[in-house]
Amino acid sequence: MADPVSLDALISIDHLLSEEEKLVQATVRRFVKERYLPRAAELFAKEQFASDLIPELAELGLLGASLTGYGCAGMSPVSYGLALEELEYGDSGLRSFASVQGSLAMYPIWKYGSEAQKQRFLPGMAKGELIGCFGLTEPDAGSDPGAMKTRAKKDGKDWVLNGAKMWITSSPVSHLAVVWAKTGDGDARSIRGFIVERGMKGFETPTMHGKMSLRASPTGEIVLSDVRVPEQNMLPEIEGLRGPLSCLTQARFGISFGALGAARACFDSVLAYAKDRVIFGKPIAAKQLVQQKLVMMAMELAKGKIMALHFGRLKEQRDLLPAQVSLCKKNNVGVALEIARTARSLLAGNGILLEYPVIRHMLNLESVFTYEGTDEVHTLILGQTLTGESAF
Amino acid sequence: MKILVALKRVADPDNANKVKIPGSGDRVDTTGLEWKPNPFDEYALEAALRLTENGQQPKTRAGEVVVVTFGPKETETTLRAALATGADKAIRVDATDDQLDGDLVARALKTLVEREKPDLVVMGKQAVDGDSNQVGQILAELLDWPQATFAATIEEEAAGSVLVGREVDGGVAKLRVKLPAVVTVDLRIVAGASVYSTKTARTFKYNEGVRFAALPAIMAAKKKPLTEVKLAELAADTKLKVTYAKFQAPPARKAGIKVKDVAELVDKLQKEAKVL
Ligand SMILES: Cc1cc2nc3c(=O)[nH]c(=O)nc-3n(C[C@H](O)[C@H](O)[C@H](O)COP(=O)(O)OP(=O)(O)OC[C@H]3O[C@@H](n4cnc5c(N)ncnc54)[C@H](O)[C@@H]3O)c2cc1C
Repeated sequence: MADPVSLDALISIDHLLSEEEKLVQATVRRFVKERYLPRAAELFAKEQFASDLIPELAELGLLGASLTGYGCAGMSPVSYGLALEELEYGDSGLRSFASVQGSLAMYPIWKYGSEAQKQRFLPGMAKGELIGCFGLTEPDAGSDPGAMKTRAKKDGKDWVLNGAKMWITSSPVSHLAVVWAKTGDGDARSIRGFIVERGMKGFETPTMHGKMSLRASPTGEIVLSDVRVPEQNMLPEIEGLRGPLSCLTQARFGISFGALGAARACFDSVLAYAKDRVIFGKPIAAKQLVQQKLVMMAMELAKGKIMALHFGRLKEQRDLLPAQVSLCKKNNVGVALEIARTARSLLAGNGILLEYPVIRHMLNLESVFTYEGTDEVHTLILGQTLTGESAF
Repeated sequence: MKILVALKRVADPDNANKVKIPGSGDRVDTTGLEWKPNPFDEYALEAALRLTENGQQPKTRAGEVVVVTFGPKETETTLRAALATGADKAIRVDATDDQLDGDLVARALKTLVEREKPDLVVMGKQAVDGDSNQVGQILAELLDWPQATFAATIEEEAAGSVLVGREVDGGVAKLRVKLPAVVTVDLRIVAGASVYSTKTARTFKYNEGVRFAALPAIMAAKKKPLTEVKLAELAADTKLKVTYAKFQAPPARKAGIKVKDVAELVDKLQKEAKVL
């Protein structure tokens, strides 16, 4: 028997990374291994969020890591992506928390907020003392956020918000929500962003229970009943759907790396299992059908990583086009889910136990496949990009 | 307090089974192995960082940590990682493993100590490749400094000393060591309540283990000073005292067997292993 070569060694991705990037990767990898993985299954089983780890995530610089100034780490896109990939090796819920805090709650304030808003919120959010969430989706407006019903009406110096948001990551534990609402009667161009703070009258965030996916990440609604938001809490620099969509582009970039972490966790688990599990007198790793599946996983992981790195390097020079991010998100989340399902089938009976990370990642990836633009929506974005025809 | 920490990179101890010995038996073949910092040296760095800070959140630095390694250019990765974790400056003594033995490393370190003038040298109790467990002891002897080896706890004391706990059969022996001194550390040193500077409240508990480099610190580490020194500058005589006669892999272990029940186990222990 020849000595097996690891997937990392096979694709030699290290050659594409700088010393610093490797150190970022190694650091977050060790953090997840020591601080998260021992509890991952239990948190998932009990539908619990590891809020006690927030100060540690903050100390590492993982909250708002890709932003500059205001106490943020100012990491390069590739370093940021690698960090998220390692977090998601732990659990997609852990990565979701970091993505929402950094890309969906801090980013809009950093990009579109007033100087006073930045100074007031960003340092506390980077320290993890203020948790944020992002309220775009509504019960009747998911893939089509332009159809949102939430309204903001000017009343004297304040805005009065009414409406309901659903599927909001971290809303139950948040101190503030970036809520998107229409200021006009129905036109999506009138969408504005508001920083709604915990304690404002009429602002509630009931938890959504019974999720069979992302159980370690709290998801909730945002209920807005005549919430008075002062003018200075409106994001001054952006109007229309471009606001929320540009935040999603940031988050989706990170997810392109992140999903590969979940897939790699499944691959590592199933590879070790296949070498160990003896059936019909041989380890299943020595069966052709099994090897074919393992090879498929390894190939998709390699291609996905190279694509993510390519766009990461591009992003170091200039903003990516939304369609480029769609390409990466759709491909990498799609293959991650496929890898997780295949790994689940190879573990067979053991594949449905939380004792192995595979079923947890597989279930989590169902959400990742749907949120941040469903797989179909990204197909439509790419289809429109290539043909010039909208098929929405 | 100023502390000097010696760091060595070793072949990844988790993959020790990949170490190969060529037929000639004159060396250990390290091709294809991943390099990691020696774990005990990482513990030494963690102990040194704890001794030079107020541990409360957020931590504040109160002292200086200098890290030194002996190795080729690539070992600067190990030093950069240490700088990212919190060390203040780094020195690389240019050398390869085959040019070194414990005695020479200790002699070169002695010169470095005389240059850097630390109050304390903290080292791992041994490197997990050669497992020689010598450098700290020889260095203390050469410097004529007190030494405390295999430290499980270190407390800095106001009067210019450290109180070192060593686990011994049946309990813990405490040694009060006057500074300057050499301390080598064991695994326990990274437990939550094992190292205290005079600044850190005795009620404070660290997270167990070696701290994580903050991501901004990883980027900032590039700007911290890292200097290269030639081995010959530090030791006039670079002849080795230890020479290796031959390397030999341990005999491959046979796979174990599974027994049905206790009766079969007892039977095998009696008849085959003949230990009962
Ligand atoms: C765990 C979790 C966390 C989330 N966190 C957040 C959050 O923090 N903030 C937030 O605002 N939202 C969040 N979401 C919401 C998420 O973004 C939406 O679920 C997603 O946009 C899809 O919306 P929907 O569920 O309403 O599906 P729908 O839009 O109703 O889609 C139903 C199906 O129709 C398909 N479809 C839609 N339009 C078309 C079309 N034109 N042509 C063909 N097929 C189409 C979709 O792809 C999908 O398969 C979260 C969701 C989940 C599951």
